[in-house]
Amino acid sequence: MKLKELSDTLSLELKTPEADLNREVKGGYASDLLSDVIGNAREGFIWVTIQIHLNIVAVASLKGLSGIILANGRRPDEDTLSKASAENIPIMTSPLPVFEIVGRLYTLGLKCW
Amino acid sequence: MTLGEIKNILNAMVLTSKDDLEVDVTCAYCADLMSDVLSFSVTSSLLITGLTNKQVIRTAEVANIKAIIFIASKRPQGEAIALASRKKIPLLVTKFSMFDACGRLYQKGLRCEAEGG
Amino acid sequence: MGATTEGAFFLTGKDFTNAGTASSELKGILEGLQVKPDIVRRAAIAAFEAEMNVIIYAVAGMMHYSITSETIKVIVSDMGPGIENIDLAMTEGYSTAPDYIREMGFGSGMGLPNIKKNTDELKINSTVGEGTTLEFVIYLSKAA
Repeated sequence: MKLKELSDTLSLELKTPEADLNREVKGGYASDLLSDVIGNAREGFIWVTIQIHLNIVAVASLKGLSGIILANGRRPDEDTLSKASAENIPIMTSPLPVFEIVGRLYTLGLKCW
Repeated sequence: MTLGEIKNILNAMVLTSKDDLEVDVTCAYCADLMSDVLSFSVTSSLLITGLTNKQVIRTAEVANIKAIIFIASKRPQGEAIALASRKKIPLLVTKFSMFDACGRLYQKGLRCEAEGG
Repeated sequence: MGATTEGAFFLTGKDFTNAGTASSELKGILEGLQVKPDIVRRAAIAAFEAEMNVIIYAVAGMMHYSITSETIKVIVSDMGPGIENIDLAMTEGYSTAPDYIREMGFGSGMGLPNIKKNTDELKINSTVGEGTTLEFVIYLSKAA
């Protein structure tokens, strides 16, 4: 499904306005451990995390992830947003905890492995 | 949802006592970081995590977490299992990833009551 | 692509703001050389993990790269604590990272295993109290 559709369905708040939401989301990954994401997430996956520092953008970029959803109402750092805009990595936020966000993504048909 | 049902949904293995399967949980929380586990305390809950150290077991006891399930086949060491058994906190392990484990439980009706923090 | 493309980046310990910059630039250089996307990804991931290890543990380090039509070779050397037991460090989940590092999502013990998974050759030399040199090679397929 398209990232825009996912974002609308989950009522996510988009923090990177110029980001390309037309990309296809191939699956999902939930982790706060960066090397875990590097080792196991797949290209096109949406990443759900509570990490807000700018290294999440490097990881998303390296793995070709379709975007990052910050859970628990976490707000990204300014540095993170600048880097995300520069690298065209969409960052969205939700007040919901990871379990709820993942549950809804899974119900929409997104899987991990 | 009982641990028995959770075991079936996630093809999980019980690391503590088989008697624990009757335990009932009303919500779930997933966390990878100790600080996140520490910030969560809702009773009758299931913690879904990849953290396998003893600290997680102690935190679970203090935070009134009912049971812990480890994802992606991550296993705590014997000491942690022994501590959990003593504290009557059932431990399970599933091969599913965090994403799929949460997704499957959610589809079967389990929810998370934690407030955004 | 007959010539060798070479260069180096300086890495500053604990500089999390710029962490990932070197591997990102290396990725750009590889893309500019028309290296296949899959290989670019592998090299960037290996470089990133190596770069992060320097930033997390060491005082400072260097990432030197050398790209020919046959191979991508990257040497990351640092002035840091060194690795006491390399075999142990290579096992998934083993980490010596302090808590604040783990809270940032690093130090989960997957860095070196991730490098090994993404490279064709990996050599690590280390002296406790002095530093570590990590060298990896990725083979490029012959051009069609």
